[in-house]
Amino acid sequence: MLSKTATEQNTAYHIRLQPEEKKVRLKLDEAWRYRDLVRLLTRRTFTVTYQQTVLGPLWIIINPVLASLIYMFVFGHIADVGTAGIPQILFYFVSSAVWELFSFSLTKNSQTFVTNAYLFSKVYFPRICVPISNMLVSLLKFLIQLLIVIALLITFVVRGAVHPMWALYPLLPLLFLQMALFGMSVGVLISSITTKYRDLLAVVNVLVNLWMYGSAVVYPIQSVPDGVLKILVKINPVSENMELIRMILLGEGEFDLMYYLVGLVITVLLFFFSLVIFNRVERTFADTV
Amino acid sequence: MSMVSQNPSDTSSKEVMIRVSGLRKKYRLGKISARTLQGSIKEWRTRKKNKDPKAGSSGTSRNKDFYALNGVDLTVYKGETLGILGKNGAGKSTLLKILCRITAPTEGTVDLYGHITSMLEVGTGFHGEMTGRENIYLNGTILGMTKAEIDEKIDDIIAFSGLEEFIDTPVKRYSSGMFVKLGFSVAYHLDSEIVIMDEVLAVGDVEFQKKCIRCLLDAANNDIRTVLYVSHNMNTIRQLCKRCIVLDKGEVIFDGDVEQAISIYLGTQAEMPSEIEYGPEHRSRDYQRMRARDLFSLDGLRLLNRPEPIFPTSGEAELELAYTAAKEIRNVAFRFQLRDQEDTKIASMLPGNLITVSPGKNTVRITLPLSHLTCGRYSADIAVYQLDAGGIERKMDLVSPGFTFQIESAHDKDDYTKWNQQQFGAIRLPDLTVEAGSSDAPEK
Repeated sequence: MLSKTATEQNTAYHIRLQPEEKKVRLKLDEAWRYRDLVRLLTRRTFTVTYQQTVLGPLWIIINPVLASLIYMFVFGHIADVGTAGIPQILFYFVSSAVWELFSFSLTKNSQTFVTNAYLFSKVYFPRICVPISNMLVSLLKFLIQLLIVIALLITFVVRGAVHPMWALYPLLPLLFLQMALFGMSVGVLISSITTKYRDLLAVVNVLVNLWMYGSAVVYPIQSVPDGVLKILVKINPVSENMELIRMILLGEGEFDLMYYLVGLVITVLLFFFSLVIFNRVERTFADTV
Repeated sequence: MSMVSQNPSDTSSKEVMIRVSGLRKKYRLGKISARTLQGSIKEWRTRKKNKDPKAGSSGTSRNKDFYALNGVDLTVYKGETLGILGKNGAGKSTLLKILCRITAPTEGTVDLYGHITSMLEVGTGFHGEMTGRENIYLNGTILGMTKAEIDEKIDDIIAFSGLEEFIDTPVKRYSSGMFVKLGFSVAYHLDSEIVIMDEVLAVGDVEFQKKCIRCLLDAANNDIRTVLYVSHNMNTIRQLCKRCIVLDKGEVIFDGDVEQAISIYLGTQAEMPSEIEYGPEHRSRDYQRMRARDLFSLDGLRLLNRPEPIFPTSGEAELELAYTAAKEIRNVAFRFQLRDQEDTKIASMLPGNLITVSPGKNTVRITLPLSHLTCGRYSADIAVYQLDAGGIERKMDLVSPGFTFQIESAHDKDDYTKWNQQQFGAIRLPDLTVEAGSSDAPEK
């Protein structure tokens, strides 16, 4: 068939559509060809979210500021959970910004199929472009929040209150990316399941909230008492990554390489697994809308 | 399942662009389709109870497999403009969705030898808050262009759309016509070899529609593009397509000439009985409710002079109409309003005389002269009304379609065979009288 094709056709282009894909495909190459689309989708999501709001992109900063103020009050003052010697505002702001990087990437992507049902049923493009762009939006927002982090950091470093591990700073972008990718993978997986089971969508927000309390966001890992609870917290890929980011950025933390590597492996495996599932669902998604 | 085209004679030398073989697409009908977790568990439990993994009680009674496409073979060659006809539910949209890669086939394969632009809808992905220009970029990249390609073509796209003035306005302020123009312009400027369209030309003004058809035809004639077009509008099909397939119940029942395909498609739509009993389905809501119908109502129709309502050109139809009247009504008139195959009103026949209907069940005989109609299928709405003293029409009943019939060519009159309905229309008026005059032309 293929040889016949070659002689018969001048154009090299040929694709075959059939019921089952023979090999497991990630379609990342295809997404790369559509990189301009990814960029435009990112820009669209970003601008559209803040269009017609009074404060506009300021919300990107207001949100984590408010969150960290609440954490300072609830966990810093009332519950009196320690912050491993890091100034509270810095600790909570970094934590909530990093958490938002993960959770935005997760929640936004968990609705990929539901919110784009109409678009997906009308035109073909590699669907994975949408989750990738959502992840980029969350990274973009995080970069803006990072400006505040830098400002805070400078004030505290000058005062000698924080001693960051400057040498490891080049690692930070990778850790941020890992956080966003993990959020995207979980979100993509949920979105693939929600095409069949809509109920999951209703509990996503609750689950994400619960997850936060198990992710060393409002407390450092060292303040968790040893035992099963601590192992559970540490095996959660978000916590160890979060702790590592805080340790490098702010100089304090209880980092455990073994658990970090476990988290990294989980992230990588989940990333590929979610892509495979996503691509499988994508093929017949239009039938179940 | 053969891989060869149905009509290889005239197109065998051409390049294949699309080859569909043994294509089937299964959908599940029924209520339980595991859309919620609860549903899934329910299904699983019923299966478990019956100890039959395949057919639970719900499985057999409510879930039926339904083939939207049931073994479609189709080969489309380069430069063809293929029309796809079929009733709603015949499988047209499913076929297009598979070709556009929106959904995957259940069985069979599709080979595509070119990039596809799908216009199942124009302007897909347009965002209301963004300007026309921004949407060109977004829509263009969704359709597979790169930013550099769009940069290069954006002036052409804007010019083609004719929306220069509004291009930096958010598209939420656009009219639906402008929306379509912009969407079509973007899609049209893609460098794809295959264009698939689903009724998209239906919207937008006639001027723009003509322009689109002209451009698509040019591209197809120059072998640049292959066009697949689905529409319920026979006129655009006639203008654009050189070949047509007719789908019915998920199968290709015809592949070939456009006019033949259209008549087959229209033939699958309506029956032509020679005896009809009128019911509510023959009447519009207004007539179903109308009080005058207590006084008079058409009951049915019987064709008298032929076994089937098929007539030669310049033939006659003799009909018997049955009615029920509550009292004697004077000055009653019958009018036959004719429609062509595409349901367009084309002509009417007025009564030569008025009659008086007598109370009770009764019949009236009507003769229809069909002399001016050319070959084809027609339907007639039968209107009954009373002309009162002031010449004012008082409606009594109207059945639609009251009578459906077909005219076939009379073989003895060969001039009728030359009648080109597409250009001349459905009605042949009395012949012209042409006399050669004396030559007054100035000599050179």
